[in-house]
Amino acid sequence: MRAALLAWVVSLVLASPALASASHPTLGQLEHEVMCPTCHTLLELSHAPIADRMRAFIRTRIAAGDTDSEIKARLVAEFGEGVLAAPPARGFGLLAWLLPILGCLGIGVGLAFAARRWMLTGRTAVRLAVAARTAEPIECELERALELELSRFDS
Amino acid sequence: MSSQPANGFTVPSWHSGKRLLQVAAVGLVIVLLGLLTWRLLSNDRANGLAAAVAAGREPSAPEFDLARLGGSGSVSLAALRGKAVLVDFWASWCLPCKHEAGLLEAAWHRWQTRGVVFIGIDAQDFRSDARAFVAAHGITYPNLHDGSGAVASSYGVTGFPETWFVSRAGRLVAHVDGPISPAQIEVGLLLAQRA
Repeated sequence: MRAALLAWVVSLVLASPALASASHPTLGQLEHEVMCPTCHTLLELSHAPIADRMRAFIRTRIAAGDTDSEIKARLVAEFGEGVLAAPPARGFGLLAWLLPILGCLGIGVGLAFAARRWMLTGRTAVRLAVAARTAEPIECELERALELELSRFDS
Repeated sequence: MSSQPANGFTVPSWHSGKRLLQVAAVGLVIVLLGLLTWRLLSNDRANGLAAAVAAGREPSAPEFDLARLGGSGSVSLAALRGKAVLVDFWASWCLPCKHEAGLLEAAWHRWQTRGVVFIGIDAQDFRSDARAFVAAHGITYPNLHDGSGAVASSYGVTGFPETWFVSRAGRLVAHVDGPISPAQIEVGLLLAQRA
């Protein structure tokens, strides 16, 4: 069950960029994913001359029928990978993708350990409580049985 | 699972796992701090070049090897050692660059036979726009493309145009922030040839 859930989450993470890359984007979508090279902000926030020129370029490529990944590849060829808001999923950029996943896994493992400890502590407490409650009747029974045996022995 | 240390106490193995996680977390923080420091120091060096030149020091010019804008091949600064070099950072979308383009081309005609090299570096720009700019202004000296602006950053360039003069020994001897004048070109190149 857990493995199936994990596989589903991983497939979602991997499938979303693949689906987006094959789509025909709008200017607004790409403005969220592309950086202005001179002011180092998202394209949608920039009014620099190169940002206006990039918007014009993107409009032209959308009109020409380019996909999301094709337009991004053209921009990367002109300005380098720094033009993409998301770091590349390889080399040093891979860290930015892996660290959040590793962080979530770490938190999950930590919570599992903590839950296990809490459960063990709880079980021990229950056992002690049960033992405390049952200890007296057992001792009484034993005492009674012992007295019975002694009286039989005396007689 | 448990381990049996020398003192006889039984220690659960998750204690060593916890220690390992702590060490990994501290290591990660140290690596990230190291990267941050390296980044800050690199920026400081680039930003300090103009100040160093203004103070009369001659820091070594950051190396570059960039593709030619108009054709195949690349040009590296190292290959120009022994010649005085004028390096001009520009972009086609920069208005002052249009004003100084004719000035630089005229200076190039005066100096090209005197052991001097002019290099234009088109930064953070579309190649097609830059080629159109070169053609429109009749620029004949070599122009290179620095699309990401990495080389411009290594020189601490904060705006366009910006011009650096590199001596024959590969050291920065003069710097002009903004549009250059004919007199600044002459003085810069004389300094670069003399050094």
